[in-house]
Parts: sequence; structure tokens; C-alpha cells
Amino acid sequence: MTLSKSISIEESASEIARSALLGQIAEPQDHEAQAIAKEYRSLVRKFWFAAVISIPVMLVAYPELPWLYLPGLFVREVTQNLIQWLFVLSAAATLPVMAFSGRQFFTGAWAALKRHSADMNTLIALGTSAAWIYSTTALLIPSIFPEGTATPFYDVTAIVTALVVLGQALEVRAKGQTSQAIRKLLDLQAKTARVLRNGVELEIPVEEVVVNDVVMVRPGDKIPVDGEIIKGYSTVDESLVTGESLPIDKKIGDEVIGATLNTTGAFNFRATKVGKDTALAQIVKMVQDAMGSKAPIARLVDVVSGYFVPTVMILSILTFLVWFDLGPSPALSFAIVTAVTVLIIACPCAVGMAVPMSLVAGVGKGAEHGVLIRNGEALQTASQLKIVVLDKTGTITKGKPELTDVMPANGFDRETLLLFAASADQPSEHPLAQAIVQGARNQGVHLSEPNKFEAIPGHGVETEVDNRQVLVGNAKLMSRNNIDASMIKEDVERLQGEGKTAMYVAVDGKAAGVVAVADTIKEDSVQAIRVMQDAGIEVIMITGDNERTAMAIARQVGIERVLAEVLPQDKAQEVHMLKKGGKKVGMVGDGINDAPALAEANVGFAIGTGTDVAIEAADITLMSGSLKGVAYAIEISKATMRNAKQSLLGAFAYNTLGIPVAAGALFPFLGLLLSPIIAGAAMAASSVTVVTNANRLRFFKAKSFANEIQ
Amino acid sequence: MNISAIIVNVLGLALIGLVVWYFWLYRREGVQIAAVAGVQEATIKVKGGYEPDVIVVKKGKLVRLHFIRQESSMCSEMVIFDKIQKSAKLPEGETVTIEFTPEQRGEIPFQCQMGMLRGKVIVEA
Repeated sequence: MTLSKSISIEESASEIARSALLGQIAEPQDHEAQAIAKEYRSLVRKFWFAAVISIPVMLVAYPELPWLYLPGLFVREVTQNLIQWLFVLSAAATLPVMAFSGRQFFTGAWAALKRHSADMNTLIALGTSAAWIYSTTALLIPSIFPEGTATPFYDVTAIVTALVVLGQALEVRAKGQTSQAIRKLLDLQAKTARVLRNGVELEIPVEEVVVNDVVMVRPGDKIPVDGEIIKGYSTVDESLVTGESLPIDKKIGDEVIGATLNTTGAFNFRATKVGKDTALAQIVKMVQDAMGSKAPIARLVDVVSGYFVPTVMILSILTFLVWFDLGPSPALSFAIVTAVTVLIIACPCAVGMAVPMSLVAGVGKGAEHGVLIRNGEALQTASQLKIVVLDKTGTITKGKPELTDVMPANGFDRETLLLFAASADQPSEHPLAQAIVQGARNQGVHLSEPNKFEAIPGHGVETEVDNRQVLVGNAKLMSRNNIDASMIKEDVERLQGEGKTAMYVAVDGKAAGVVAVADTIKEDSVQAIRVMQDAGIEVIMITGDNERTAMAIARQVGIERVLAEVLPQDKAQEVHMLKKGGKKVGMVGDGINDAPALAEANVGFAIGTGTDVAIEAADITLMSGSLKGVAYAIEISKATMRNAKQSLLGAFAYNTLGIPVAAGALFPFLGLLLSPIIAGAAMAASSVTVVTNANRLRFFKAKSFANEIQ
Repeated sequence: MNISAIIVNVLGLALIGLVVWYFWLYRREGVQIAAVAGVQEATIKVKGGYEPDVIVVKKGKLVRLHFIRQESSMCSEMVIFDKIQKSAKLPEGETVTIEFTPEQRGEIPFQCQMGMLRGKVIVEA
């Protein structure tokens, strides 16, 4: 019996553990929104309760105010006895305020105290209860206090509780907005999927889709899970997941990402990743992890906040003693009020929250643009980058050649030249030949089927198109066939100077013109590089290409410094050398070939990973292939760190100025003394300010995603 | 200074001493957890703090900590193990498990997002 029981407990424990581990991703975040809403409602109720009681209590606290004297309203004559009774009522009325509205302060303080620690709850609980106990003692046994000091101040207990609870309510609401990013991501998830099982079409909840299911997607559908197209084609809008703004054409064999939107076509795909393995689930996991990580700056703050609360308690006692010993009469009243004010004004929350709140907002903002920041450290370092190294191929450029120039010689027109060149290249599998064929097709040229195709290694191709002999290749091919290409030689050399691969075309033994292909730069590389340079970052290009080709590309995108002819295995070494200069270096490349260089850099950016988001080498993963993501990552990191520092500075300044003022530091000079109620309002406001400041990041406008810069 | 004033001052200073001792100097014993079938498992209640908050484990064996948050206060909604780069959201009333195998002796602190609630895992040889 005992044995079976222990087993079942163990089983259920591991079952709970397992479901909890899965639950972190699969669990719909409505849960969290509900929890936030519930907490908010509860705090608002507590606030109103305290606020309603505060009003009469405050009026009683100032018997000199005229309300008591309003003829016929209450009493005809205000006697000392009446005031005493009103105070007794106040004492009774503020007890439920502490017990209901301020309950969490006391339970929290007690829980902390048991573990030899102290937090914000401790300060509020001490402040409000000290005020109440002093007031009640003064009321019951005024004789133990010096003349004129036995004045109760129950209003402090009630109003401070109301204000701090109100502050917490506002804070909870603002926090809900800050962590909205994850909720937004999860909302992208499709709820159902249409699958084909044993020839039958079934609509099932997305959780029930298994790997290798055939999923049917109709126009306008949301793609439920990750997979590979096996039938049909379409254009898919992946912007919400990858940040890639243009819809992408997808055909058989292409990958589709769950939670992206199908546009006009219909297709079937085979599910390859489901549940917590999908790109979306991985993104959510990464974002959650990043939000829960610490920026190095926050570690520093943690050390401080560990000593904060006990220090405030000590300062409060010292304040009491100084006023008690040296203060003007009634010294005891001053002493108790200032000591309470010190406890209440101190706001450890604002200090502790500053960095985490900004981090959550910044990481979430990044995710909205397909920029996944691994942790707080990556974010902080990204904000300090002075050098960014860009891999050329596939990062600045598209990574595959495209037809760029078609220059006919005398006697040929553009279209004829392209027709011959492309038709001749059709059977070739060479990427350069394929680029010409694709380029011609894109321009609407109808190609002919060539006869007698022959590829001559190191030279080019010889074929027959529409019964005419066509040669496409280099100068050696021309001279081998005794073709005079002198009139187009100049064009070829100029194109080569631009980093392009230019090919001679000859038809029936006569030079017909030049076609050129090149790895073209991505449309938005120029803008992204400019944004980084404007931010004071030196952008360097690294490539295995020769100096001339590399410089040609660099000029087009506005990069001045080029590291050319670097072998893939030496990239990490180059990054290492740059780091030696003492500046923080970022490296952008694809996550697989460039992994060592990414790991070597202070911040490694893996670009265009698509569904493969969990690349270990990268500190920042960019879902889309655009360099804009890098510029954006740096921009948002800077904005986030700036935001965090503002909040931190504000919180530190508030506490270092507020506490002395609360202690009465200005009293000897200006006669200024802070009321504990003002202190309570300031304390509540300061933590609300921190969250509100972090929320400003939600409206951050990035230069890298501005539509056009001039 | 009369006698009552002296008493007040002495009490005040004593109170300061008490704060220093109680919050900073006092060293607490951790809760030792024994390994069952190679797993060192503990359940930690999250309510205004972590209970228990000091957990002593042996190195090289899997540690499985089950967190149960029993409050709605937003402060404790996340637990962070910065040193081992792990964190988790703690939905109220649910058990959330953090697993790791400590390989070195030393302390692995954990805390809430703001660093107000703290605990630590002490790893012994």
C-alpha cells in the first residue's frame, strides 16, 4: 500500500513537472492576461475601500478645519471630548483599511521577516502600523508623552495605504501592457488545422497535428504548423513572424512557417515541426527566456537593492533619534512623523524594476520585428557596439547571382541577345548560366530549345539556337573560335570593374554583345548600413572575394573598410583582431558557416534563419534576411538601455533626494517638512513612473524601419 | 538629557544593532535535500518569498525544484536563476519545475525579477 502510494505520488509529481515544462510554451497566455486583470480588480477594490474610509479619517485629523463648525451639520459645539471620540472612531475605521486594503503589505513583510529579509512590504507595513500604534497609544495613554505630542495621525495610515495600493494597481495594469509582446505572438497561432488522414479531410485543433500529417491550406488561411510544401504553390505573408515585409513565393519543396498567412494560392504541406518545436513556439520560448534574463547593469542594482531596505530602516531610526534629541518642541511628534515619512518615501521597487521592465519592453519590441535577442547581456552589449562586421555573401548581398546587364553589340538588339544567350545556357546547371536563364524569363523572353549543347570547362558553352551557332563564355572562348570581340572588350572590362561576371556572346561567328551577372545587393542593405553609420558605428565588410569585386560591392552600399580574401576559417581570427582594438565588435553572418566568427564577436547576429531560430552561436537571431534587422537590433538595444538608465537614474535620484528630505534635511534651512501623505503619493508615483517609462518603448520608432530615408 | 531620553536613545541604537544583525549578519542553515534515485527534488512555496529559500544540494546530481506560487502579487511572477541562465514564469497555483545539474561547488542564487525576493541553492561536494 505504502509502496504503491509512493510510486503514484512520484508519478504524479513528474507528470505535473512535465506538464508544467510543456505548459510554459503551450499554455495560452489568456491565463496571464486573466491573472493580471484579476490582480488589478482586486487592487482597485482595495483602493476604493481605503479611499472611502480615508476621507472622514482625514477630516477628523484636522479638527481645526471648519467642517465641524458648519452650523447644524453635526454638532453645535466642538468639545475636546468630541474630538477624542472621533479619533477613537478613526482608530477603529483604519484597522479594516490595514487588514483588507493593506493586507498584502503585512503578509509580505511577515513572510520576508521570517526569512531574515525585508522588502517594500516591510517598509509600508512598518510605516503605516507605526503611525497607527503611535496614534492609538497617544489616544489611550496621553500621559506618557510630553506635553503637546499626543496627537494621533490616523489619516497617514489610511491615505498612505490607499495611495500605495492605487500605485500598485496602475503598475499591474502597465506591466500587462509591457509584456504584451508574448501574448501578441501567441495570438498569431492558428486554432485549427485541416489535415488529410486516410484520404479524409478533417478539421482538428492545431495541438492534434502530428509530424508527417498532410495539412491543407486554402487561400487566406493561417498556416497552422511548420512544414514543407508537397503540392501546389502560393505566396505567403510571413511579416508577422519574420518581420520580412514582402510576401514570399512558395512552391513544392519550400518551407512554410506556422502562424504565417497564406495569401491567394492553395497548397498541401507535410508537417515537419509541431507543438513546442515550431518556429513560433521557439520564438516565444526565446523571448520569454530573454525577458527573464538579467542585463549586467541589473546585476549591479541587485547588489544595491539587497542592502536597501534594512538601510532605510536604520535611517528611519536615526531620523527619529536626531529629531528626538535635537528637534524643536514637540520633539517626539516631529521624531515619529519624520521616521514614518522616511519609511514610506523609500521606494526599493522603482530601483529594482527599472532595468527588468525596460528589458521586457525592449525584447518584446524586437520580437515584433523578427529580432530575437537572446538575453539581457546581448542587449546591453549590442547597445555598446562600435564596429559591425558584415559578411558579404548572403548578408549584404542576396547570395545568388542575378542577371544585371545586357549590352548588345552593333547589329543586335537587346532582346535578341538575351534570347540567344539564355537559350544557349538553358541546359547548363552552372549558377551563372541559370542566373541568365532566370533573368531572361523574368523579362518575358520566350526561350528556344538549343541543339548540340556543349559545355567547355573553363571557357563557356557552344550550342545551336534556332539553327544559329551561339557561343557564351569568356575571352578564351572567343579567341578559340577566332572571333573578333575587340569592340565589346571595353564593356566587359568595365563590368568586371564593377565586380560583375561578364560573358561574351557570339552568334554565327560574330560578337553579339555582353551579358553580365552578379550577386546583387539586397534592396534594403544600403539603408540599413546608413542607419548604423549614422549611429556612429563603423561598418566593415568581410569576404572571401578578391579585393576588386569586394570593393565594388562595398562602394554600392557605402562601406569604406573591406576585409577581402579572408578564408572562411579565418573570419573568427579577423573578428578577434578587431576586438583587440578595445571596441565592442558585432558580427553578422549566417548562423551555420559563420558560427565561429559569431561566437568570437561581442555580439553575434545570425541573419535570415527563417524557421531555424534556435541557433546557439548567435546572441541575436534575425528571422528575416534583411540587414534592417541588424540596424533595428542595435537601435532597439540602445533605446532600451537608454530607457533603463533613465528609470534607474530617476529611481536612484528619487531615493537619494527623497529620503533626506523626508528625514527633514531641509527643515533647518527652509523650515520644510514632508507630510507622510505626500511621501506615500511620491512613493506610489515613482514606481508607476518606472513602468510607464518602460512602456514608452512600445512606441519606439526605428530609423531602420522608416519607409525611406533621404 | 533626562533618564527617559537616555533610555529612548539606547533603545534606538539597540534597534539599529538588531536590524544589522537580523538582516545582514545572521547566517541561516539551509534545507538539505537528499537524492532519491539520483534526483535531488524540493518543492518551494512562493509567497512573499521562497520557502525554503536556502537549499543545500550535492554537486553532480540532477536538482529538480518545483515552484508553487501561492499569491497573486505580481512581484513574484517570475523566478530567475541568472547564474545558470534559467528563468520561468510562475502562474499562480501551478507547479513549475526548474531542472539543472550543478557541476561545481558554490552558490546558485535565485530571485524574482526585481531582486526583492531571494533564495539560493548551495552546492556542496
